Amino acid sequence: MTSEPVIEVTGLRKSYGGRAVVDGVSFAVEEGEIFGILGPNGAGKTTTVECVEGLRIPDAGRVRVTGLDPVADHDAVSRVLGAQLQESELQEKLTVREALELYAAFYPSPADWRPLAERLGLTGKLDSRFGKLSGGQKQRLFIALALIGDPRVVVLDELTSGLDPRARRDTWELIEDIRANGVTVLLVTHFMEEAQRLCDRIAVIDQGRIAALDTPRGLIARATNATLISFTPSVPLDERDLAALPAVASVECKEGRITLGGTDETVNAVITLLARQRITAHQLRVTDATLDDAFLDLTGVAR
Amino acid sequence: MSSTAVLKTEARLFGREPGAHFWILAFPTLLLVILGSIPGFRTTQDDLGGIRIVDAYVPVTVLLGMIVAGLQSLPPGITGYRERGILRRMSTTPVRPSALLSAHMGLHGAAAVLSALLALSVGRIVFDVALPRQPFGYVLALLLAVAVALAMGALVSALARTSKAATAVGTAAFFPSMFCAGVYIPVQTMPDVLARIVEFTPFGAAAQALNEAAAGDWPGWDHLGVLVAWTVVLTVAAARWFRWE
Repeated sequence: MTSEPVIEVTGLRKSYGGRAVVDGVSFAVEEGEIFGILGPNGAGKTTTVECVEGLRIPDAGRVRVTGLDPVADHDAVSRVLGAQLQESELQEKLTVREALELYAAFYPSPADWRPLAERLGLTGKLDSRFGKLSGGQKQRLFIALALIGDPRVVVLDELTSGLDPRARRDTWELIEDIRANGVTVLLVTHFMEEAQRLCDRIAVIDQGRIAALDTPRGLIARATNATLISFTPSVPLDERDLAALPAVASVECKEGRITLGGTDETVNAVITLLARQRITAHQLRVTDATLDDAFLDLTGVAR
Repeated sequence: MSSTAVLKTEARLFGREPGAHFWILAFPTLLLVILGSIPGFRTTQDDLGGIRIVDAYVPVTVLLGMIVAGLQSLPPGITGYRERGILRRMSTTPVRPSALLSAHMGLHGAAAVLSALLALSVGRIVFDVALPRQPFGYVLALLLAVAVALAMGALVSALARTSKAATAVGTAAFFPSMFCAGVYIPVQTMPDVLARIVEFTPFGAAAQALNEAAAGDWPGWDHLGVLVAWTVVLTVAAARWFRWE
């Protein structure tokens, strides 16, 4: 945190037709980070990154990309920021090679598109027209176009939506690769697995506000039930005894099987209790909460 | 340099649209050939002031190429680019998406001029239609007519949200424009009152200006003035209402 953040958003607000879509969002993305923006549909994720890309003019707040204003210094920002937009296309009859050459011509000192195409597995498709590419190939081309200006930061919006699991995993490796090359990544997603695997830090946005900003592990630890313990006791247990245990958040008893939500502390207490009462716990399972659980806890409040 | 790259790419893509080639370049001249092959259209007509129908149809054909380019081909192209996020995608690069619009307008303008040259050449070679006797006046009228056709197309692109709507609005404007240009009856043969009214429309004025230059006179400033006025009004309106997304 010694150097200046690559992206700095402070008190960002944007409304459409009187409805606040982004309502006071602040975050900073450090150099070399993969920073995730996670949130349900319509939470304001895309609007937020569109303000970062200079595609929208904020109603209030401050956005800086490498210290520059994306609207006032559009040209300078467009040279350091590469963008992959949600739902954007290219000219149907443009070939992959032509697209790469065209976009390379937009930048004063572009990356060489040949190795880029090779890294993205597009070499065999250079003469194919955009309209004939598969979803995965289109996305890889868009990543290539986002990187062609040799940017310091790339914004990837819903990159893996509509990809099959295989293509999605390949794309994740690409993103890790991009970061390994020193490029900062701002990643918008609604896939938990993607965010958990890739992101160093995640801002969870809900209804235009940041509900939480932490590392994936930190977010999981915030879940109401960070740890779940389930077992079938050899003799029935009193639910009140269980609820009285330290750090227990929830108790559920279904067909003789007990599920407790809590923390590590709860695990120890349950084992002690069982040992003291000489009860055997059949099929004892201790599982950690996932980012899904944390996400639902964080974004479910108003619903 | 980067806008040249855009122009080059768009020219290549334009070359991959056989529909545009046919309707802008070939169709108007084809119509001239069909009309010219009717024997009666090749005899002098007194009500046309001693010229033949095929003579009167060369300027009409010239205008037809422009109308197709400006109203039928340009708007769905531009709205399609907007609809499909191509303009937005480009706004995140150092190149402004206006480079795409200028490239499109330039290419359609060039295609319209080519179409005009083709009509003039075929008229001259096949039907012995005299070339314009006032070439400079003709070129001026031609360029102003191209400008007004493109401005009209730009306004349609600005007003239509989808490429489907652009095609519909373009077609709705297409038929009256063809009428005013004299596709159904040449402006010279229209009843006086109708001709007076039509002269105030972009393509009516263009038709008259081209006819005058073809006959050897300098096109009337009233007609040229009408063309300039329409171009300015349509361009301002297009710029006012155009949306990038």
